[in-house]
Amino acid sequence: MQTAIDVTNLRREFKSMARGKGRVHVALDHVDLQVRQGELFGLLGPNGAGKTTLIKILCTLLLPTSGEAKVDGIDVMKEPHRVRERINMVSGGEHSGYGILTVREHLWLFSQLYGVPTKLALKRIEELLEVLGLKSAAGEKIATLSTGMRQKMNLIRGFVCDPKVLFLDEPTLGLDVQVAREVRNVIRNWMGRSSEKTMLLTTHYMAEAEVLCDRVAIIHRGRVVACDSPENLKKLLAHETVYQVETDLALDLVDPFQEISGFRRYGTEHKANAGTTRFQVILDRGAEVAHITRRLEQVGKTVRTVTRTDPTLEDVFLHLVGHTLTDEDSA
Amino acid sequence: MKTRLSTNLRAIVARSYVRIVGGNRELSWVFFEIVLPLLNVSAYVFVYRALGASPEYEGFVILGGAMLAYWLNVLWAMASQFYWEKEMGNLELFLIAPISRMAILLGMAVGGLFMCSVRAASILVMGVVLFGVKFQVEHWWTLGATFVVTMVALYGLGMLLSSLFMLLGRNGWKLSMVLQEPVYLAGGFYFPVKYLGVATSVVAAVIPLTLGMDAMRQLCFPTLDTNPLLPVGAELAILTVLAVVFLWCAAVSLAHMERKGRESGRLTMKWQ
Repeated sequence: MQTAIDVTNLRREFKSMARGKGRVHVALDHVDLQVRQGELFGLLGPNGAGKTTLIKILCTLLLPTSGEAKVDGIDVMKEPHRVRERINMVSGGEHSGYGILTVREHLWLFSQLYGVPTKLALKRIEELLEVLGLKSAAGEKIATLSTGMRQKMNLIRGFVCDPKVLFLDEPTLGLDVQVAREVRNVIRNWMGRSSEKTMLLTTHYMAEAEVLCDRVAIIHRGRVVACDSPENLKKLLAHETVYQVETDLALDLVDPFQEISGFRRYGTEHKANAGTTRFQVILDRGAEVAHITRRLEQVGKTVRTVTRTDPTLEDVFLHLVGHTLTDEDSA
Repeated sequence: MKTRLSTNLRAIVARSYVRIVGGNRELSWVFFEIVLPLLNVSAYVFVYRALGASPEYEGFVILGGAMLAYWLNVLWAMASQFYWEKEMGNLELFLIAPISRMAILLGMAVGGLFMCSVRAASILVMGVVLFGVKFQVEHWWTLGATFVVTMVALYGLGMLLSSLFMLLGRNGWKLSMVLQEPVYLAGGFYFPVKYLGVATSVVAAVIPLTLGMDAMRQLCFPTLDTNPLLPVGAELAILTVLAVVFLWCAAVSLAHMERKGRESGRLTMKWQ
């Protein structure tokens, strides 16, 4: 099968001149990645992992410090114009456009930048407005749209030029559950329309990557730490056991399980409003969970629930990186 | 090649559409862009009247007031527009599209020119109606050519400044501020620029409006000795050179700034 995106040994550094001292931040560190044509590929990682940097390089907005990146076989550094003819990009929380234009005019405007003849563009726009349930808002000024409607419009903008490779950067960021589900359905349907379409999607929602993506690369601090299908990634935990233990709020604990035999890793999610903390614990054997609960009680926490779960991508992330995405974002 | 040309033409039309439709949907611009500037122009008309100057000087001021619209448009809606486009998130969408950056700027220029021409024409008409200004044009074609070449050179300068704004961010505002007020003086919007002295006039001639207005005044009021800077033909030739130089520099500078922006990561960095 043909390779749609080919990234080899890619490195990107940012130089900061804050307070007169030149500091180098490595956003991408020797990244290798191949995305096949027709694939819905997910880049999964916390904020600051390097996902957006990689997308910007592939979209010709950034130059890498070293390494090579190709889209549809074309070098993004040497022939950016040819790459641009094949791609489009939609970002979550995007507020592009001119508030004075209507939704239809906005979409027409951006279709023109890709040379789509007006008649064809308007036909596609009407179809996509229908599919995304935005038909009734077509004549509304974009300044009046809600966040969800705006993101649906942004998706149409991405689809309207019928790109070979579409980059979606956190497409469901800030959307409510219902709209996020609709957006995911539209993404899936668009991919189903042709085997030649490729999509690279970044997200820090594990469940989103799990339900949408054919393959996922977990990216952490600029490095790809794993790349496979969600099913295969979860097999990394085939010999371990995952438990969720809920206690009252436990913000003060630092590495409470280190001395317990059979303990591998843990992550936390604190819910201050509910007054609870969820520990996600990976153990060698299920029996060791008793030591975990006992330890929590020893440090004064009340254990509310203990649930054994099937491994998820979140557990895989915890297994590979050493903490959960929530921990990373909080840090 | 043909496809690229057609895509760029579509981009020009689409980007100019925003300006034209935007202007028509917010009719408050009639007050802000025509009525208020006319008050400013009127002040100078009354100064000339109070001094007992020849009535042609009133036309002189009206023409300057009309042309001022183009300068402000170039400075605030052309040069600094890339700053706004970046803040709104449009710039990165323009940059990933398979079009020339000049096409986007041309679209802005065409749209801006259209809206400014409405403002300029309104000021000229109101000047004729309110102050009885009489234009005595004999060489319409030369006047038209002077106007067109002046506009090409002026908007070429605007494109050049845009490339700076692409990277400068908010610091670009300082550039606009530095250029705005001094050009009111150096451009000779309300008086014959030669009174500034030859040396200053030559420097001021880098702003295309200086020579353009000087030539147009000679063509609109031939009976008045306006103490012109240069003969119309010479001014037209210099403006043509300026137009070519500014457009070429703009294209080179845009490509250079884009490359620097892609290297540094500042191309899409907001709130700079």
